[in-house]
Formats: sequence, structure tokens, C-alpha cells
Amino acid sequence: MTDDSSLTQDRKAAANGQVPGAAEAPAPLLAVRDLRVVIDGLHILHGVDLDVAPTGVTALLGRNGAGKTTTAKAIMGLVPRTGSLLFGGVELAVLPTHLVVRQGIGYAPEDRGIFAGLTVAENLRLAERDAEPAYDLVHELFPELRKRSRQAAGTLSGGQQQMVAIGRTLLNRNRLIIADEPTKGLAPKIVSEVAEVLARAAERVPILLVEQNLALVRRLAGRCTVLADGRTVHQGDTAELLADEEASRRLLGVGSRRASAAAEQTGADGPARPVESVTEVTST
Amino acid sequence: MNTVVLLVCTGLGLGALYFLVASGLSLIFGLMDVLNFAHGALLSVGAYAAWWASAEAGAGFWWAVLFGTVTGTAASVLLELAVIRPLYSRPRDQILATVGVGLALPALIMGIWGADARPFQPPAALAGTVSLLGAVVPVNRFVLMGAALVVLVLLRLFLSRTRYGLVVRAGVEDRAMVTALGIDVRRAFTLVFAIGGAAAALGGALAGLYFGSVNPGQGTGLLIFAFVVVVMGGMGSVTGAAVASAAVGLVQQFANYYTAAGLGDLSVVVLLAVLLLVRPRGLTGRLA
Repeated sequence: MTDDSSLTQDRKAAANGQVPGAAEAPAPLLAVRDLRVVIDGLHILHGVDLDVAPTGVTALLGRNGAGKTTTAKAIMGLVPRTGSLLFGGVELAVLPTHLVVRQGIGYAPEDRGIFAGLTVAENLRLAERDAEPAYDLVHELFPELRKRSRQAAGTLSGGQQQMVAIGRTLLNRNRLIIADEPTKGLAPKIVSEVAEVLARAAERVPILLVEQNLALVRRLAGRCTVLADGRTVHQGDTAELLADEEASRRLLGVGSRRASAAAEQTGADGPARPVESVTEVTST
Repeated sequence: MNTVVLLVCTGLGLGALYFLVASGLSLIFGLMDVLNFAHGALLSVGAYAAWWASAEAGAGFWWAVLFGTVTGTAASVLLELAVIRPLYSRPRDQILATVGVGLALPALIMGIWGADARPFQPPAALAGTVSLLGAVVPVNRFVLMGAALVVLVLLRLFLSRTRYGLVVRAGVEDRAMVTALGIDVRRAFTLVFAIGGAAAALGGALAGLYFGSVNPGQGTGLLIFAFVVVVMGGMGSVTGAAVASAAVGLVQQFANYYTAAGLGDLSVVVLLAVLLLVRPRGLTGRLA
């Protein structure tokens, strides 16, 4: 796997017109090394390595149960963890959750973490850390939240709740946002809205994105890390991974589905041509 | 009619006492998942501090109540910092520790001032009775009701209007997510213990007025009914606790008077069982 990743790194560097070898990627914003999580004697993560790029979106991929959400929680200190989590020279692994957040990390959890009994405005107010929270930005991105500010958050639709969750991370001047499956369970139209917001957010703050929707990943994420069974099995360029039918089938378990989808489209039996099939699914 | 009015006033006075204990108990459990079995002992601390200030140190009644409340608040904060905080992630040990404190404090009081009840002299203005709709009702019932009402209003203002109140309401729903927004929820824990301890100790100081005496076991006896109130009202709900307190106090008084003495306590348990069958999440429908 080490070969794999260094190879893809070189290729990416070459693609950017840099000389391979002199192709040291810029120092990662967050460098996760040998992250391990044991809960009730159960080893959930046994050695996750992950570099979050200092700009843009870094995707965290893997099949269900690979440990993506646990990795996000472990970075936040929401589960007991060991290993190294270097964030701009600060070791996060020894910090409790609220201090991790105060390093400048916004977290939108998988279940959205909305306080159902509180109003939308109260949900946002609770997240205020900066002296001047960026309500202008949040209300510009999500005009709906201003309209519904007095509504109990529990009565919002799934998409609106996700807006609250993402809005909370954008309220403060964070240095990193961790978004755990922000499009999970949302209608396709809402998914593209959320994608639009993430793309705009990524212009100002780097994002670590846990996501199953590969079309979205391909559109947003420059680099990606793939987990399997609680370990890192691949790090590299997202476009290259998704273009490699064999690798994405092996690492993400999506190849066969994609092939059959493509087969349906073309009406042909058997595996479709790899490049075409990838384009089918990943174009948005 | 006279009897009914008297029973209502006595029941509500007793309910007010339950509320002063239960409101803190409910907030503490709702926010921290801590079953504070030492909460009754905090009431005893407040009761004895007020009694000591009044009977031994010669302070006026309201100064004695204030002294009792402040002492109980301090004891509660100390309990949170020294006993609860080191055991945050160990709920079983927490229960053992609070049960231990709940037994040790009354024993300590007994060791210093004896097991017998000590008479609590109310000021002349509060010792009398007033006539209400033909019934002769002791003034202290109204003092208790007034105190409970003030505490209820203050708690609701705290919860709805302040930043820490917001943190507490959010923490009752999802404590981990509150920390994931960068908030040190442990400060809210200590604050909630201070508030709960203050209310219970105020209840203790006023219990001396209500019963006419203080004794070391008073708090523990009231704690059982306070737990019933918390379950009925819904964990973490102050308003639910207020409604349930009144219901428990009234049912207890009426059942004791119209059936046999002692059946009042039993009927409270029956009330609890019926409520849990009809509304398993308590009056306010909140999740435990």
C-alpha cells in the first residue's frame, strides 16, 4: 500500500507539472498517524494514517463499517483514542473534545447532532465561539435558516437539519471542517445544494469529508484516504482512484454496481468499459 | 369545605418542599445522568445550618435561611468537584459514592447534634395562621409555596434567557454534541449542582419551618418522594417537576386524611405506576 500511495503522489505531482521526487506534497494540515480506537475491548481502528490537505477537500472513503465515522469521532476526541493527531503543530490526541474544537475545528457529525428541542437560532447560538460569528455568511448560504430561526430544530426536514449542522461549522473562523456523510439520506436535489455549499465553504476552509456519494467525492475532493477494516489501505489522488475501475472495486466495493449500472445504460451484457462507466456515475 | 382547603394548602406546601428537592435532582440527572442519592443530605445540611444559625448563633429567621442555603450550595459544589467529577465515566461508582455521602452526612449531623429532632423556632409573623375560605391555615404553607414559585420562575428564566441555561438545555438532549461545539460542559455540571444544592438547602431551611423541627433523617425521607416526582415529571424538566410535585403532595395529603394514615405514601406509588403505564416518559414526554 505504501508503494501505491507514493506512486499516486508522484503521478499527481507530475500531473501538476512538478518534477516527481521533488514532489513533496505541502505539509498536511492534519497528520493522523497510527490512530487506534478500542471500545469495550473491541478494536475498531487499528492503525489509521491520514493526511488532510491544507486546502480544498480531502475525502475519507471506505465501505460501510470500515471505520470512517469512528476516525472522525476519534479526531474530535468523542471516543477514547491513541496515536498521533498533529494539527498545525498541536497534538490533538491528548486534548478533550471541547479543546480540540477550540483549535479551530468545526464538526458536522453523521447524525447531524441537532438539538431537537432548541430553536434553529438557539442551535446556532450554542455554536458561537468567535466574538463576531459569521451570521452573514451562514444566512447567505442558507436563507432558509433565517426564515425558520424560531422553529424547533426537531421539526426541520433532514436537509434543513443538515444546513444547521453545516451552518454551525461556518459560524466560526475554523481552520478545518470535518463533515461526516453530510448528504446521507437526503433527496437528490438537496444533495446538490449541500454539495454547492461544501464547494463554496472549501474555498475558505479545508474540509475533511466522509462521503459515500462518489459523484460528490469526485467533484469536490482532490485527495482521498481509503479505509478498510479500521486501517488505511490507500492514500492518493481522488480522480485517479475513481478512474481505476479495478482499484475502486477492490477498495470501495463499488465496481460491480457501477458496471451493472453502466451495463443497464448501454444495454450490453458483461462489464462495461471502465473509463466510460466511471464517467457515467461521477459526472454531476 | 374547611377541611378540603386545609388539605389543599398542606398538600401544596408539602409539594413545594418536594419541588425544591426534585428540581435540582431532575436537572442533575437530565444533564449529567447522575442519580444524586446525596441530594437529601444536602437538604439536611441546609436544615441544620439554618437551625444552627437561628438557635445557636441567634441570627434572625431570614438570615438563618440564607445561611442554610449558602452552606448547602457550598456543600453541593464541593460534592460535585471532589466526588462526582473524578467519577464522570464510571456511573456505577458514582451511585455508590453518592449513596455513601447520602448516608455519611446525616450520620455526621447525628454525631454532632444527636439523633433527636431539634425544635425550630419560627419568627412570630410566620408562626401564626390565616383564615382562608373558612379554613385556618398555618402561614408557613404559603411561605413554602411562595419559595417554590420563586425558584420555579428563576429556574425558568435561567434556562430560557442565559447562555448557561442554553448549554444545560442542550446538554440534557446530547451532552457529547455540546462538547463538540467547543463548550466545556463540566462548568455547566458544577453550576447545575450549585443550583440544585441551593434549592434543596433552601427546602431544608424551610422544612424546619414546615415541620417545626429538624432531624437528621428528614432529607432522606423527602428524597424518596423527590425521586418519584422526577420520574413523573420527566427527567430534566423543571416544569414537569413542579406539576408532579403538586400532584404528589395533594394525593398524599388527601389519601392520608380520607383513608388510613400511611396510605398516602402508598397512593403516591400507585400514582407513579399508573402514570408510567399511561405515559412512560413522564408528564412532559421527555426522554429519560
